[in-house]
Formats: sequence, structure tokens, C-alpha cells
Amino acid sequence: MRNPQLNRHGELIHLLSIEGLPRDVVTHILDTAGTFLSVSEREVKKVPLLRGKSVFNLFFENSTRTRTTFEIAAKRLSADVINLDIARSSTAKGESLLDTIANLSAMHADMFVVRHAESGAPYLIARHVAPHVHVVNAGDGRHAHPTQGLLDMYTIRHYKRDFTNLTVAIVGDIVHSRVARSDIHALATLGVPEIRAVGPRTLVPGDLREMGVRVCHDMAEGVRGADVVIMLRLQNERMSGAMLPSAGEFFKTYGLTPDKLALAKPDAIVMHPGPINRGVEIDSSVADGSHSVILPQVTFGIAVRMAVMSIIAGNEA
Amino acid sequence: MSTLALDAEALYAELRAGLRGLLAPDTALVGIWSGGAWLAERLQRDLQRPGAHGVITSTLHRDDFGERGLAGGAGATQLPFEVDGRDILLVDDVLYTGRTVRAVLNELFDYGRPARVTLAVLVDRGGRELPIEPAFAAARVALPPGQRLSLARGDDGRFTFSTRSAA
Amino acid sequence: MKILIANGRIVDPASGRDEPGDLAVADGRIVSLGRVPAGFEPDRRLDARGCVVAPGLVDLAARLREPGHEHEGMLESELGAAAAGGVTSLVCPPDTDPPLDEPGLVEMLKFRARKLSRARLFPLGALTRGLAGEVLTEMAELTEAGCIGFSQADAAVRDTLVLQRALQYAATWGYTVWLRPQDAWLGNGVAASGAVATRLGLSGVPVAAETIALHTVFELVRATGARVHLCRLSSAAGVALLRAAKAEGLPVTADVSINSLHLTDVDIGYFDSAMRLAPPLRQQRDRDALRAGLADGTIDALVSDHTPVAADAKQLPFAEAEPGATGLELLLGLALTWGEAAGLPLHAALAAVTSRPVSVLGPALGSLASSAGRLVEGGVADVCVFDPAARWAVRPEALVSQGKHTPFAFETSGVELPGLVRATLVAGVPAYEAR
Repeated sequence: MRNPQLNRHGELIHLLSIEGLPRDVVTHILDTAGTFLSVSEREVKKVPLLRGKSVFNLFFENSTRTRTTFEIAAKRLSADVINLDIARSSTAKGESLLDTIANLSAMHADMFVVRHAESGAPYLIARHVAPHVHVVNAGDGRHAHPTQGLLDMYTIRHYKRDFTNLTVAIVGDIVHSRVARSDIHALATLGVPEIRAVGPRTLVPGDLREMGVRVCHDMAEGVRGADVVIMLRLQNERMSGAMLPSAGEFFKTYGLTPDKLALAKPDAIVMHPGPINRGVEIDSSVADGSHSVILPQVTFGIAVRMAVMSIIAGNEA
Repeated sequence: MSTLALDAEALYAELRAGLRGLLAPDTALVGIWSGGAWLAERLQRDLQRPGAHGVITSTLHRDDFGERGLAGGAGATQLPFEVDGRDILLVDDVLYTGRTVRAVLNELFDYGRPARVTLAVLVDRGGRELPIEPAFAAARVALPPGQRLSLARGDDGRFTFSTRSAA
Repeated sequence: MKILIANGRIVDPASGRDEPGDLAVADGRIVSLGRVPAGFEPDRRLDARGCVVAPGLVDLAARLREPGHEHEGMLESELGAAAAGGVTSLVCPPDTDPPLDEPGLVEMLKFRARKLSRARLFPLGALTRGLAGEVLTEMAELTEAGCIGFSQADAAVRDTLVLQRALQYAATWGYTVWLRPQDAWLGNGVAASGAVATRLGLSGVPVAAETIALHTVFELVRATGARVHLCRLSSAAGVALLRAAKAEGLPVTADVSINSLHLTDVDIGYFDSAMRLAPPLRQQRDRDALRAGLADGTIDALVSDHTPVAADAKQLPFAEAEPGATGLELLLGLALTWGEAAGLPLHAALAAVTSRPVSVLGPALGSLASSAGRLVEGGVADVCVFDPAARWAVRPEALVSQGKHTPFAFETSGVELPGLVRATLVAGVPAYEAR
């Protein structure tokens, strides 16, 4: 089965998941992101690579933050950006996903940036768009959030340089997290030798081992000696779904506080995909402290998305 | 087809001599990636000019992105000086259609508004598709359209030309 | 009508017969097997040279979508699909719209099916009203109307007290209760728990959903003595529990679908919604155990689990897609494929879809019990003539069924099936003939 993200020359035409991407495709994206980071520092922050192209942001699940970074990235590439608020539009009136795509394609969309509540939705879309149209997955269900995974890798590379001797701990609600899955695939592809998944059994079940991670149910053991600690957002639904008793108990047992952080390496970096829940997964002083690279992640995120969009737009199906 | 024997080192010497008239003390020397960048680096050294030369790439402004995708060299632009109000000399190995220079000019103007921009090349092979002319060319040759000409640099730093038929 | 099926290879799993011969049919019955009776003047002669002449297939699970459900003419097309697949008797579950919980609905369905003169239809009645799992249905009346057993289809009975009472009531008259062993809460995922579901971010159905339900069912069978048929086993652990239950002597039987017998969760690939099935596809070891279970008799029958799904109900993200696949026209080919892979003789592979399903139905078949699913002189002439050597590609557009979704479509699977049906007779009348 050919990976639908790659054309027959092995070039990236859609970004749906980091899974199945050869290492050199991933590093090419990171290298290109570096270029675009410098563009954002110039006086004229635009390049004309996507001029005349229409990028449609299709967010079936709300997210102003992610949508805004994609919009900025597309505009810096000189693309025309159209934001579609699907929740209030025809899909809510019962129009099927594929009918929505067909209607938008008739309006000459060149690229769809899609966020959807169901795993696999971007694959369905990619199977049905015309050959010149490209799809970027901005998050599908629990499955993948590849641009977040890539910007997390860019961040790690920026501060740590060499992936092959790192210990990375991912903490929190991993079983429901598309960010965690994308991070795990990316870390494994780039050769990180120790990837730890840290959390209670309801959020970090044993079968996560099948993804190549070391499962830790003890926070101290999980962050000890880590070079990178990635904290995940805890959602309220976990309490109502009988997976956790309270945010308070989660903070006590798995929250990243200064004393827990002290167990990691002295030069460890702290990451979070955002938005952060202060006092739930992370202590304010850590979020604002010297180890935190949470804000640089956002800057890198724009550059990474510019890289992804310009690479796929330049490759033919 | 006979291959034209171009002596890159000899032409470089010509270029070096010919630039004396174009370079004022505060002219910024900028080489177009990748061949022009090698030339600029060696010129800056051989002419004993203070400061550092600049490198500029056309990658982000090329007009063939739709057909060829993102070309190599993205991120290579390094201009260690203020572009606003500056006198700039662009250097490249081969001038052909002029599209690379057009893209390089767009890239340059993303950084500011130069006072003046001039162009010097090792080889002008004609075939221009845009109104762009060098102030100095060490050689003028005619080559068949299917043939690619580019500068190569050995491990010892010596320049040679390589030709390739775009089959 | 007098028909002579000549020069075929007669294979009857029930008796073990496998030899060349002619089969003569008259007045809906098999007049002779092997040699033609003197003076037999057939109205039609079917040349079965190079073909196998077998009993018509008996499919214990095929949804026909009538009554109710959107599309017109379903009964006609789906019974046509059965005939094209060599299926002469089929059992349909009660999850129609409205469900088969009223004798009038059952009678109407049987009447309409009889008029079409394709396969014989044996409906399962709803175990509880509306399949809601609360109030019992009039099982005696429904049996009189033609139901051969009672079922909840895929809707679990959450209330164990109701389930126990339903089994007790059914046991009063010896009715068989057909149950899907799947826990109501643990069974809510869309893919089998495991590496694939974890990687794809799909909600999982753990094996415990099946084993917990099986334990419950077996305990209630011990307590009530009711006969239970377990529908669509999917796991190795389930097969092991079933084997132990049978060894203990519990009155239970079971079936497995063509999908679970041949596919695993890896086949989901890049979220292919053709693989969205209930029960979900499990792992390699489960598939191996299901195959071994069908071969050694622990699992009694192979079923198509035919479930036609409308075109756009699959054009959705995996979790939202409607589960189900077409199956009537693939049952024979997939039974033969399994038999070949297992190294079984032809009659053993065919037994799983002829004589063994009939023994599951048992006395519920009434007068047909002695001849359905077998070729016997004097018995009903339900016959399937097929070419065992031919290989054919599954092309959805060419299927007779209105359900076009199948994991075995040639375009995606590259699989060719053995066994091309040449003719199907039901009650001695050709219900299907290949062009």
C-alpha cells in the first residue's frame, strides 16, 4: 500500500501524518523551516512562493490558535487565505464531508488545511481531491497533528542539536493525544533512543509500548535524567469519563513542578503544545521559567508550517 | 558535439582585473549562490577588501516554483550589512536568461532599498529573456540551448567549468 | 419442471459423497443421484462438465434490509444476490425497520420472499420488543409465523435479569436464542484494541468485550438450559471459551463471518472504511484461532454476514462510517479459499456452508431438516453448480447486491476468488444461471 502522502517519486504532496515518512523527508522539512525563520526576521516578511494560490482553512473542530498560525504562515507565502467556520455552515446542516470538499474545490481551492474530530478524515479528503490540490492535516481525532510534531522536533533540534543521544519524556493524557502520537513517530524517525510516556494507567495504557515508548506510571522515574520534557494538556472530559478523579490530584501526581523538573537534566527544556493549563499539568513558575521554550515553539510553528506548505505546493501528485 | 574549452581560472583573473573599475571602497560585494558565492568569497580575499562578502539566493523568488518545486539553496542568503542606501555589486558565474538575477533582485529588495545595483559575471552566454545586462563579463560565448554550464570548485579552491546536456 | 444436471462432480458433505454423476430433478425434488432413471425426459439439460454439483449454500446471517431501510427493491436484489452466490437458504436477523417483533411483519416478509422464488428465507424474530432489551416478544406466535429462532441482532441486552428471563422463556419451547457476544459498554469502540487502533487513534474494542459477554451467556445457559447460537465470534480467547463450553456439554453453537476468517486489523490500512465492520477485525492470532476453530468443529458454521451499506454511508471518516460489507456473492469463494489454505478436501470446505449450518438450525427447519444443505434422493432440489477451477475478481459494479462495499474488491485487495457459480436451483427451479 503506497503512502498517500508521497507521490511516486517519494516527494511529499500531502502532510497527513509523520508515520511512514522517510527520515530525509522529515529533515528536509526541518531544514526548510530554518530558511523561513529567517524570512520572519526580515523587514519584508513575505515571499511569493504561494502567490495566486488559495489556501482554505477547514476547521471542523474549533481552534483559533492553530488556525491563526496557519493563516499567518500562508499569508507570508503570499497565498490567499479563506477561513471556513464549518460548525456554523452547511456541514452542520447535514452536508457530507465530501460534498463540502467538492463544493470548495469548485471554488478553485489549491490547498486544504483540515482539522477534524475523527481520526482519518484528512485521508478521506486526500483520496478525493483533484491531483493539483494538497491537504495538510491540522489535527485529526486522536491520530495525528503532524505540523505540531514537526515544530516540536525543530524546537528540540534548535536547543539540543543531536537527536541520537536524547531522553525525551512525554507526560499526560497520551492515549487521547494526537500531538503525542506525532511526537512519538517523529522522535523515533529521527533516532531518539529513549522516549518515555508518563502518566496514570487510564491515560497511558500498557499497549502504548507497541509504539516503541517506555511506559512510566511514576512521574519521578519518568522525568529523571530527561533532556526534554513535553507536557500535554489535560482536558476536562477526562474527569467526566471516569479516567481521573480531579485536576488537583493530577497536578499532585503528574504536574511539572520545580522539584519534579529538578530531577531532569540541568539543561533540560520544557515544552507544551499549548494552550497551557496552569496548575493542572504545569506549575506557573515552570511555564514562565528559564527551562521553558513554550513561546519559541510558537515562533517555530509558523516557520514549520511555511516550510510544509511550500514543499507540498511545489510537488506534483 | 565539440566541447568548448573554457579556462575558468583564466577568466577569473580577467574578472578580478575588470572589477577594479566597478568597486568603490564601500561597495558591497554579493555573490549569487552557489557559483557566484564562491567567486565573491575569493574576490573579497584576493582584492583584500575589508569586511565580509554577502551571499544571496534566488530560491524564494524564482518563477519556476510551480514546475520545479522549492529549489536547493533556500536559506543561503546572508547579507552582513545594511542594504538601505548601499552600493551593491552582484557577482555570478554564468548569465543566461536573466531570470535568476530577476529573482535575486526581488530577494535583495526584501531586505531594504539599495542605492545602486550592478552585475558582473564570469561568462555571459547570451539567450536573455529579460532586460538584464552585466556591467562586466569576462567572456561572451554562445552555447546550444540544451547545454548547461556551471562553475565547479575543486578541493584546492581552483575553479573549473562543467558542462552538461539537459537530456 | 424436469431438469437433468449432467456430467458433474457430485459433492455432498453430509454423506461424504464425491464422485462424477448426473443429478435428476422433478417436481422440486431430487429424483436420482448418480445415474439417470430409465425414461427420464428432462425439460432442461444443464451441462455440468468440469463443475461441482453441490447442495445449495445455507447462510446463517444475511441482512436483506426489508422491511424498512431506504432503498426500494432490496428484497428482490438481495435474494437475487443470494441466488448468484449459490445460496439457497438464508437466515436474516430481526434488525429491520421496524424490527421483526410482530407476527404480521414476519408473515409479510416470508410471503414476499416466496413470491420471488429465489432463496428460502428463514427469519429470526426479535427477542425483545423493538430490540430494546426490556419486554419479551410473543415468541410462540412469531415461531408460528415462520421464525426459526430469536435474536437481538447487534443490540446487546444490558439487563441481565431480562436476558435470563428471555432465555428461560425461549427454553420453554426449545427455541434457540441467537446472541452477539459483545458487552454493551466495552463494545463501543470502532476498531479492535491493539497496536493498529492505538497507532491510528481509533477507539478500541478490547477482547474482554467478547469474553465477558461469553462468560455471561454461558452462565445463563447453565442456569436456564436454553439453546444459544453465538453470532460472529472474533477472538482466539472467545474460541477457547467456546471449546470449553462445548466440552462441558452446554447446548451452544457458533458461527464466524467471512470477514473475520480472512482479514485482520492491519487491513484497515489508511483508514479504509470498507474495513469498518462489526465485530471489528482482530489480530493475526485471532484469525488463526478462528480458522482452526472452524476446521475442528468448535465453530459450527461460516456465514456471509451480508450487510448492504449505502454508498455514501462509507464515504465518511472511519469512526463515522456505517459498519458492514456485502457478502452473499462471496460466501462460496471465501469458503473455498479457506478450505484450500487449510488443506481441507472440498467436501469439508463446503460442509461449513451447507450441512453444518443446517445442523445449527436443527428442528427449526421442520420438514426441510432432513434434506436442506444436502443432496439426497427424495430430498429438496436446492442445488448449486459451480466451476471450482475458475477464478474471478470481485468487481463491486458487477455484483447483483445493492451493497457494493467489500474488503475483497479486486481493485484494493488484488484477490481473486475461486469457485464461479454456473447455476443455482431452489426447489428444483433455476433461480440463477450464469451467462
